[in-house]
Amino acid sequence: MSRGRNWTHALADGAVSGAVPSVITADAVLGDDTGRLVAVVPDPGSPYHRARRGEVGLREGLALAEALTRVVTEDGQLPGDRRRPVVAVVDVPSQAYGRVEEMLGIHQALAAAVDAYVSARVAGHPVITLIVGTALSGGVLAHGMQADQILALDDPGVVIHAMHKQAAAKVTLRTVAELDELARRIPPLSYDVTDWAKLGLCDDLLHVENADEPTARDTRTVKDALTATVARARQGPRDLSNRLTSPGARQTRTASRRIHEALTAQWQRPWQ
Amino acid sequence: MQTLNYEFPADHPPARRAHVGVVGSGDLEVLMTPEPTGTARVRVRTSVDGFDTVWRIVLERFFARHRVAASFELNDFGATPGVVTLRLRQAIEESQT
Amino acid sequence: MTSPAPRDWAAMLGRTSFIELEARARAVALLDDGTARELCGPFDRIESPWLEPQGVVPESDDGVVVVKGGIDGRPAVVIGVEQAFQGGGIGEVSGVKIATALSLAARDSRDGTPTAAVLLLETGGVRLQEANLGLATVAEVCSALLELRALQPVVGVVAGALGCFGGMSIAAGLCTKLIMTEEGRLGLNGPEVIESEAGVAEFDASDHTLIWGVTGGAQRTRTALADMLVLDDVAALRSAVRDAVAQGVPDEHRSQRIGELRARIEAVDPADPPEPSKLAAVWADAVPPKGGLR
Repeated sequence: MSRGRNWTHALADGAVSGAVPSVITADAVLGDDTGRLVAVVPDPGSPYHRARRGEVGLREGLALAEALTRVVTEDGQLPGDRRRPVVAVVDVPSQAYGRVEEMLGIHQALAAAVDAYVSARVAGHPVITLIVGTALSGGVLAHGMQADQILALDDPGVVIHAMHKQAAAKVTLRTVAELDELARRIPPLSYDVTDWAKLGLCDDLLHVENADEPTARDTRTVKDALTATVARARQGPRDLSNRLTSPGARQTRTASRRIHEALTAQWQRPWQ
Repeated sequence: MQTLNYEFPADHPPARRAHVGVVGSGDLEVLMTPEPTGTARVRVRTSVDGFDTVWRIVLERFFARHRVAASFELNDFGATPGVVTLRLRQAIEESQT
Repeated sequence: MTSPAPRDWAAMLGRTSFIELEARARAVALLDDGTARELCGPFDRIESPWLEPQGVVPESDDGVVVVKGGIDGRPAVVIGVEQAFQGGGIGEVSGVKIATALSLAARDSRDGTPTAAVLLLETGGVRLQEANLGLATVAEVCSALLELRALQPVVGVVAGALGCFGGMSIAAGLCTKLIMTEEGRLGLNGPEVIESEAGVAEFDASDHTLIWGVTGGAQRTRTALADMLVLDDVAALRSAVRDAVAQGVPDEHRSQRIGELRARIEAVDPADPPEPSKLAAVWADAVPPKGGLR
C-alpha cells in the first residue's frame, strides 16, 4: 500500500505516468488551473536496493528535477501569474541510505531536486506540498519543503520529522520513552502532526475519512483545499518569508523572528 | 544540565567586554561584561551535574588572584578545572588588548 | 578545475591550520585585514530556546557566526558553522541566521551593492534536538542560497574532519563553487547513520579507507562534485576563496546540470558499481547528449 500512489491516482484527472517507476506525475484540475502532481512512490524492482520503499534516492532526485524543470520550461512563455501549479504529493520514508548512493553523490541529486522546486516557485508556479503519509529527513527536504504552501492530512499516519524515532533516539543518546516525554514539552521534537501544524509551517490541516484509500468525498475535500491554496500561493511571496510571518510562526518561532530582526538591523551599517 | 551562581569580591573593572571559547566537548565559552558594582558575578551553566563544590573551589582560587569586577557567563560542556582557569585568564587578557 | 593533490611537505610544515581555528577566527581569516565586523555575536545572546529545557547547554551565538567584510576589496559575508558545538547541527536560530544573512546579501546585491557569501560548512546537518524546526530552517537556507546565487557567488568551504553531512550537504551541492581539503568530507548520510540503517555490509563505518575513498575531498574534487582541493592552510584557503569569488556567477550551476547528472547516474550499474578510485575515469566518459533538457 502506498498512500502517495493512492492519493495521486485519486486526485489525477487523466493518466498517471512516470519517467521512472518511482516518480509518478499526473494532471489534476484545480478550479481554473490544471496542476501537475508529482509523487515519489515505492518501486520494489528498483536496481537501487536501498531505494525500493519510496525513499528519495539518486534516480528519484534526478526524476524530480527533470519533472519540475519540464513544467518550468513548458510554461516559460506564459505570464508569471498563469504558470501551472505544482503539487508535491508527499509520502517518503526518508532519503536512500546506501553506499552506491553516497559514492555517486546523492546529495547532488537531491540538490538538483531542491534547485528545480525553488526555480519553479521563483518563476511564479504555485508550489504546494500535500503530505499524505510520512515526510522524513532528507526525503522531505528534496520533495516537499520548498513549497509556497504546505498542507497535511490530519491523520495519525502522517509523520513529519527530521529522523525516524529509533534513529533520533540513538543519535541524541536518549531512549524512545525519553524522546516521547520531551516531545510533549518541546513542540519541534513531536512526531504528532497536530504539534507540527503549530510550528508555522502548516498552511492547512485537512480532515479526511480514509487517509490510506481516499473516498470520493476525501478527494473532493482535498481538491477544494488545493484550489484555495493555489489562489493563496499566487498572492503570496515567491520566497519562504511567509514561514516567519504565519500565525503559527508568530507563536512558536519567536526565536527565528528575533534573530531575523536583529540581523537585519545590524546588517544596515556600511561594511567599511 | 545545572545552573550555578557565585559571587566574589572584586575591585578591578576590565577595560571592555570579552568572549572566548566554544561550547564543545571538554571546553566552555566565557562572556565577560564589566560591572561597576565591585563584584565578580559568575553564572555557570554546565552539562555535568553534581560538581558544585569543584566549581566553587576553582572559581574561588581564580578570583582570589584576579579581582576582576565583571559578570562572567560560563557555558560549559565538561571542561576540566585547568581548561576553566585557562579560558577565564584568556578572557581577562582579551579585554586588555 | 582541479588543483593537484597537495603533497608539498615544506608547505605542509609551514602552514597554519585553518580547521583547527574556531569558526569565528576562520571567518575573520578569510576577509581582508581590518574589515571584519561580526553580526549577532555572542553578546547579543540570541540562543536556541529549545536546548536548555532539554538539559542541553546552549551557546551564545547558537553555533553560527556571521561576519561581514571585504574579499579583495568587495563586500562579502562569511557565515561559519562552529563544528565543536552540537556537532555543527543546524537549529532554529542558527539556521535562520544563515538564511537571513544570505537573503540580506541578495537584497544588497539587487540594490547595487553586490555582496558575495562564503559558507563554512562543518556540519552534521539538522540538529536533532530541534528536529522539525532544524529541518525547516535547512530548507530556508537552501532557498536563500539560491536567491543569492543568481546574483553573486556563494562559495562553500568544507575544510575539516567533521565534514558536511545531512541536509547541509544539499546546500553544499547548491553552492556556486565548492572548496575542500583532503581532510574534508562531503555526503548526504554519515557513515554511522548508513551502517545503523542498512547494516555493516552496506557501509562499514570503521573503514576509514572506504569513508575517505567515497566522501573525502580528494575524491569529491576528482569527480567534480567539488571544484578546488587545497591544503588545510589559512593562506591557501584565503587565496582559493578569493579566486572562487573573483570568478563570479557562471551561466549554469552544478545543481542545474541535470543532463550531466543523468549521464553520470546512468554510467554506473548499481548492482556492479566501480571501486571509488575508478569512478572519476567512468564519469570522464559519461557526457550528456547535446540538446534536450540541460
